[in-house]
Amino acid sequence: MSLNGQGLRNWFAVRWSAFLLSFFIMALWETAVHVFDVKPERFPGVMQVLRGLWELIRDGRLLDYIVASLFRVTWGYLLAVALAVPLGIFLGTKPFWRMAVNPVIQFMRPISPLAWIPIALLWFGIGDNPAIFLIFLAVFFPMVLFTTSGVAGINPTYLYAASNFGITGHEFYSRIILQAALPEIITGLRITLGTAWLVIVAAEMIAVKNGLGYLIVDARNSLRMDQVLGGMLVIGFIGLLLDNLVRQLERLPSVRWKRLKQ
Amino acid sequence: MNQSSVRPQSLNKVEICGLYKVYEETSSEAALDSISDRHVLTDLNFAVPARSFTCFLGPSGCGKSTLLRIIAGFDTPSRGEVLVDGDPVCGPNPKHIFVFQEDGLFPWFTAYENIELGIRNLKDSQKRHELVLEYLEMVGLKGFGGYYPHELSGGMRRRAEVARALIANPDILFMDEPFGALDFVTRLQMREEMLNVHAMFPTTILFITHDIDEAIQLADQIVLFTERPTSVKEVLSLGYPHPRDFTKGDLAVLRRHIYRTMGVHAAL
Repeated sequence: MSLNGQGLRNWFAVRWSAFLLSFFIMALWETAVHVFDVKPERFPGVMQVLRGLWELIRDGRLLDYIVASLFRVTWGYLLAVALAVPLGIFLGTKPFWRMAVNPVIQFMRPISPLAWIPIALLWFGIGDNPAIFLIFLAVFFPMVLFTTSGVAGINPTYLYAASNFGITGHEFYSRIILQAALPEIITGLRITLGTAWLVIVAAEMIAVKNGLGYLIVDARNSLRMDQVLGGMLVIGFIGLLLDNLVRQLERLPSVRWKRLKQ
Repeated sequence: MNQSSVRPQSLNKVEICGLYKVYEETSSEAALDSISDRHVLTDLNFAVPARSFTCFLGPSGCGKSTLLRIIAGFDTPSRGEVLVDGDPVCGPNPKHIFVFQEDGLFPWFTAYENIELGIRNLKDSQKRHELVLEYLEMVGLKGFGGYYPHELSGGMRRRAEVARALIANPDILFMDEPFGALDFVTRLQMREEMLNVHAMFPTTILFITHDIDEAIQLADQIVLFTERPTSVKEVLSLGYPHPRDFTKGDLAVLRRHIYRTMGVHAAL
């Protein structure tokens, strides 16, 4: 019996319990709202929230907003990953530069991307760009750190073996370094995608006129608590889907070795 | 010592000439002369005959691995030199393949892909495919080519790594306690297979072990090391045919001698 759930065979039962649990929570929510007679302006029940969502689906706004949010996240995320992974590989293989640059990254990382909002607006005006910039910041620094530590922690035996077989140059980086660090890079990809999704909602509350973050602010301004909660449900649901998507990467046979070794 | 330019074509594959290894911070000339606990290797001089199976035998932590790494070109001596075919070693070489204690296979490649790395410079992909299959079969891994190392047993992983080394057709095969992590029976099986490898391939094998019986069964030559600061205690030549029974005759005498030399008296 292991605690990481690797021995769990009954995939279907696990999913089914998760589904039942969420159904149960919603039923509890609906009942509580009725039993305690909570006013809808304060906290609407599930059915009202679903009706509010249906309204948004019918007039097409929900789809537009989801697409807008995903568009910004995708660009900011891909841009950050495309720059962070090579930089991480560089720092991971060069101890001197790692020690020189690491304090800077450690300094930047704990500054919330939201603290950058004034600068983002100043530099990029309004529209997609400031939001993409904030996503970029949220992903870039942690991703550099994940990649760096993944590369720096490569078992030296692999490096010896690679040099023994004369594997050098770009082949060394693509077939040895990147592959050996891939499990940690994928962990980084998963965690930073979650962060990116957290940040996009906050970013959209300020700089833009669409997106799921804007939906929540807009619904609050028109006193539509049902749509505020509906937006929250959609955000959570898409977050779950994104996480599952990246989790598939961890199942690649050429990546699983790391988890099995621990 | 510095006559390598006029050295006659010798029968020795590897020559170790006045080799010292000292931990870095003290590797000045003065530090080399005053022996301290930072000395890993002191004044090693011996030769490894071409095509021989040479075992390095010595107490744990005596620097055998360091020496093997130096000969393989992964590390450098503080003083002295290592000659292979009369030329000083400068860095790792695809003709001198190292089989590691464990984890030598790349875990993100399948057994097939790992073995194929040994002939990665071969242009003809059909030929490459045939060779990999041939070597997989030779080490008893037919049908396991598509498995990742973590899906194989410890013994199978060792075999795959040996296949990856042999397919490269190396002049020298370095093995650093390659069977140390295996269970007893698997270990004996691998020993047998190493003797077959030695008979089939014209490779010089340098093999580290701290198992005296293993060394007696396998080696044409045993280099016995002292404790640190490590030097060569004795170089023994074993011109006996295989399979060897070390409980009888000359080999039993030799075995007792080695045990005594390594400080074991009662447990025979």
